[in-house]
Amino acid sequence: MLLFAQLLNGLQYGVLLFLLAAGLTLVFGIMSFVNLAHGSLYMMGAYIAASVANATGSFLLGLLAALLGCLAIGVLLERVAVARLYDKNHLNHVLATFGMIMFFNELASMLWGKQPLFVSVPPMLDGVINLFGLPYPLYRFAVIVVGLAVAVGCYWMIHRTRLGMLIRAGANNAAMVGALGINIRFLNALLFAVGAALAGLAGAVAGPILSVQAGMGEPVLIATFVVIVIGGIGSVKGAFYSALIVGVVDTMGRAFLPMLLREMVSRQLADAAGPALASLLIYLLMAAVLALRPQGLFVARR
Amino acid sequence: MKRSAVVKSMVSALGALAGLAVLAFPQQAMADIKIGLSGPFSGPMAADGQEYIDGFGLALEQLGNQLGGQKVQVLQGDDQMKPDVGSQVMRKLIELDKVDAIVGLGYSNIIMANLRRLKESGVVSIAVAGGPSPMAGAECGANVFSIAYPNDGSGEAIGKLVQDKGYKNVYLMAPNYQAGKDMLAGFKRWYKGGVAAEVYTQINQTDYSAEITQLQLSKMDAVFMFYPGSMGVNFTKQLKQAGVIGKVPVYSTFTVDGTNLPALREAAVGVISGNTWNPALENPENQKFVKAFESRYKRVPSTYAANAYDAAFLLDTAVRKLKGDTSNKVAFAAAVKAAGAEFKSVRGPFRFNTNNMPIQNYYAFEIVKEGDQIKGKLVATPLVDHKDAYVAACPLK
Repeated sequence: MLLFAQLLNGLQYGVLLFLLAAGLTLVFGIMSFVNLAHGSLYMMGAYIAASVANATGSFLLGLLAALLGCLAIGVLLERVAVARLYDKNHLNHVLATFGMIMFFNELASMLWGKQPLFVSVPPMLDGVINLFGLPYPLYRFAVIVVGLAVAVGCYWMIHRTRLGMLIRAGANNAAMVGALGINIRFLNALLFAVGAALAGLAGAVAGPILSVQAGMGEPVLIATFVVIVIGGIGSVKGAFYSALIVGVVDTMGRAFLPMLLREMVSRQLADAAGPALASLLIYLLMAAVLALRPQGLFVARR
Repeated sequence: MKRSAVVKSMVSALGALAGLAVLAFPQQAMADIKIGLSGPFSGPMAADGQEYIDGFGLALEQLGNQLGGQKVQVLQGDDQMKPDVGSQVMRKLIELDKVDAIVGLGYSNIIMANLRRLKESGVVSIAVAGGPSPMAGAECGANVFSIAYPNDGSGEAIGKLVQDKGYKNVYLMAPNYQAGKDMLAGFKRWYKGGVAAEVYTQINQTDYSAEITQLQLSKMDAVFMFYPGSMGVNFTKQLKQAGVIGKVPVYSTFTVDGTNLPALREAAVGVISGNTWNPALENPENQKFVKAFESRYKRVPSTYAANAYDAAFLLDTAVRKLKGDTSNKVAFAAAVKAAGAEFKSVRGPFRFNTNNMPIQNYYAFEIVKEGDQIKGKLVATPLVDHKDAYVAACPLK
């Protein structure tokens, strides 16, 4: 029972991570571009959704606005800055996108102020479901559904459409795809924008659960990088499975590790070490994967 | 050759920087008193830092930009909530700007990094957002004040309230860092009943679903939480969505305050908070402050703004006592200490204890919805004229 509830919590965190990881892994895997500013797009998505939802009273409109807004920001960002950086090395990418993080954080506090923004759960999803005696927030179920729907959509796009075929081909050998007459620049721009839109969607969905404020993108970005490293860079399927693994491992660790420690060591030590150790778990997992399968668990086949 | 070129460009760079500094801080003509205002003015806690600026600024406006009849110049220092940056800021304010007093001092991590420097400088220093226990106890200084509270003060108040209400099994939650542990320790100093669980979470954690599920399955009869800043928004929202708030009594300190109540709104209704101040306090000074703040800045002030506002009136009274002569640092510090009992605080009764920490009331406010407004309502005053637990360790008289 408790295990089931915690599994759900892990699943919900996992699908949220997946929305972020899907875009990041494609951009990283196919364009070999390190985008630290992915978290900023997530933040912009949350802000846009919050503003539009508060102005119109419709959460769905906010969601749509975040999706389209971040798509537009993605296109703009790719054209103005990112496209100039593809042929530079990774350190330059890191430097440039780190600068973008600061830019977006400052932009957000200029446009929306330093106070966190108010976002309410849509009335339809406000409330709890009784899960064998344990009240579980309805909204979190909705997040799981949205995440899984996006995962199915990604699968369909990548494996059943011409665009997906190009993406898969690009992941294997971008130069060859270009040589065959495909406009690889356009493909890159499209991918970047889609990744941005997914990040925006993740931010919009997270809005009612989290504090919408400048800098909200950075903590989640770190977990997202862990996801794509474990999943194998460039693999959306890998990102999906590893997002779920990371979500569940992190949640289970936080739920049960302090309890477990309390059985073994003194209460005081367990209280201090438990949360620290639990938050380390996903990094330990990443280290283990890197040691045993450096290419990631579900690597895009080359 | 090459070396001299490097030196040359260094010098010109320095020159340019100095020029910038002059541009950024135009020296006001003949200011009689210089006040350094330090705090987290950028970064994730910038919303709190803004409260210091606006609270202190509003008081100065009301005082005609004077303290005790003397013209005031305010120099800001942004500590970014980083102890190393905070140390640079304090050094600059003390040694370079030679300020007469420093107001703000940021969070406890900044205060602790600078406590020795502040004491040695002798410059009147007034914390508006904290009072770590060493500062209240053995490490206290004649020139170092907290106009806020000892860090565990509100925890003690809620502990007393929960004890008085007769709860038997309370679930405690806080972030895993010193202030979190201090707050729960303060709570347990007064609460003698059973503890269902004492859970510490990673600092700046955003998702609490795992911990909340554990909480729901425990047999507690009340919850006590301490989650300052944006952690408070995250935790409170998620607690509400899980249906805990409204079903079980939820007590808190610094989790729901003026800076994040607008982001929480209905989610916070029913939460009871321990604090030394709230817009709901009905004394004339407070009504005047809240009204002026709301019309000036278009938002509800928080405790930090109220404390910074108090700091300005405290200094005003102290400078007036000295007839404007703040050149003797020892006399200035003594005047500030005496002024604590004389100026009219927006909190009601206020005075400094021997360790320069406040003796004041600790209130409990319940967040209620009245019409369209979400606001605090005074429900109890658990501790009256309360002194902190560390004063005996302080050698000051």
